[in-house]
Amino acid sequence: MNPTESSAQAPSYRAPVERARRILAAPAVGPFLALLLTMAFFSLKSDRFLQGPNLSLVLQQVMVVGVLAIGQTLVILTAGIDLSVGTVMAFGQIVMTKLAIDSGYRPLTAIVLGILACVAFGLFNGSLVAGVRLPAFIVTLGTLNIAFALTHIYSNDLTYPPGNSGKAELPSALLFWGRTFTIGHTDITYGVVLMFVLFGLAWFALTQTAWGRHVYATGDDPEAARLTGIKTSRVLLSVYMVGGLMYGIAAWLLVSRTELGDPNAGQTTENLDAITAVVLGGTSLFGGRGTVIGTLIGAIIVGVFRNGLTLIGVEVIYQYLVTGILVILAVSVDQLTHRRRL
Amino acid sequence: MALDGADFELYPNEIVAVIGDNGAGKSTLIKALSGALQVDNGEIRLDGKRVRFRTPGDARRAGIETVYQDLAVAPSLDIASNIFLGREARRRGPLGVGLRMLAKRTMRREASRHLQELKIGIQSMSQRVENLSGGQRQGVAVARASKWAQRVAIMDEPTAALGVKETRQVIDLILRVRERGLPVILISHDMPHVFELADRIQIMRLGKRVAVVTPQTHTMPEAVAIMTGATQAELEQTLVKDGEAPPAASAGEGP
Repeated sequence: MNPTESSAQAPSYRAPVERARRILAAPAVGPFLALLLTMAFFSLKSDRFLQGPNLSLVLQQVMVVGVLAIGQTLVILTAGIDLSVGTVMAFGQIVMTKLAIDSGYRPLTAIVLGILACVAFGLFNGSLVAGVRLPAFIVTLGTLNIAFALTHIYSNDLTYPPGNSGKAELPSALLFWGRTFTIGHTDITYGVVLMFVLFGLAWFALTQTAWGRHVYATGDDPEAARLTGIKTSRVLLSVYMVGGLMYGIAAWLLVSRTELGDPNAGQTTENLDAITAVVLGGTSLFGGRGTVIGTLIGAIIVGVFRNGLTLIGVEVIYQYLVTGILVILAVSVDQLTHRRRL
Repeated sequence: MALDGADFELYPNEIVAVIGDNGAGKSTLIKALSGALQVDNGEIRLDGKRVRFRTPGDARRAGIETVYQDLAVAPSLDIASNIFLGREARRRGPLGVGLRMLAKRTMRREASRHLQELKIGIQSMSQRVENLSGGQRQGVAVARASKWAQRVAIMDEPTAALGVKETRQVIDLILRVRERGLPVILISHDMPHVFELADRIQIMRLGKRVAVVTPQTHTMPEAVAIMTGATQAELEQTLVKDGEAPPAASAGEGP
């Protein structure tokens, strides 16, 4: 409290070990080291791994999960979880493609309506979590199934454009983010650029605006945040809606990448990968702690694993095994650091 | 816990302590005054004007700030963010208006100046509150309250979670807050501190105000006796016996 006392405490912080511990504990440093290790491992196992086109491919494979993981980060920062990211995205994707091909909407209108469908799901989740105060886990588990069912009902289990029907291809606006430009000899996908821009925006909103502070405070201790006068229900609602917006944009990216509206998209891989990315990135499931930069690194780690395992010839089913183990490991680290903090 | 007949007054430049056994209604009274609870009946007057608080925000806007015993506001945020939480300063110009960007440097500078005025020796405003000691955390909470409170600062068991030395620091801090002219309501279990700090002491029992005493007119054992409902006879007995705090009376009549 007084100057002499605080300087008496200071030496423990100045000790080199303590300093090293603090650097390692800084957000995103741990995930970054993990990423470097993973990349080192795969570059030893495969010569192709570190080549430009392959790295560009990794990012291209990451862009959908990365954007989903932005929304997931926001939700997890408020001590919630969103299990519906994948199926909500699948619904948005079917809305976009079906409206554009079957119903003859203008491409941009179809895209906007598809994104709005995802935002509506966010509004639904957010109202139940913030207004009715239901646990996010159960609400979004319900939404996962609702979105899954709606996707199949609305699409009649068909992919868009339907195979061999001779109907129109998807309009180019829906495929925009799959286009590439070239730097050196490497093709970069526009969608990857969009992903980085969205991460930048999320970083800005979380660290440079009052809204971001309120998201952290709400996740840290909702009652304390409410007593300081923060409207925590509004914060929660906004978080789930921004999440929905992200899933909608991810749906557009997915259509661009696969050139298809697929009712079976987003069921396991994207859902698990988005949560894995957030947790690997150092965001705590207990809320209030984490960064989107960490999530970006986490998403790239997941992408590197999937890509690297494919390169060295590991069967796809083992990738599920590895991501499953990865997410449990990351959650264990979170739990252990949380316990130490208490 | 319900309150009934729990009148309460506070005048400028004074520290009023509210004491009472567990469940006597201290916290309920404070929650009503700070907007965390809504009152069914009765009224709150501020400078003689009737006010109604529906949310903690209403009370804050009326100039009433509260420090709670469970310390920090948002442990994962830094000191400056905690002090400005819910009242963030935005940048001037397009960055602040269009992008709603925070004026971090201004907030850090102001937080630092305010903490120095209160003689709280914390160097860096960008430290996370969870890395501070308990006393420093409570220092931040008290500083936050005194920065924004225009009318009243309420301290609900501000030292309950602290050690002896840190308690001392917070008590000195509360005295400095009063020196700045802000009336303080102190809820505490700690009789010696209550008697050291308070100008008046309001004693609560079973949701009612049973007495208002001052450290000059009453001794600590007397206050405790009123608080626990010990009879005058029992009180005199214990005073004779050990001069210490009397045992809690089982079923006593108030004096």
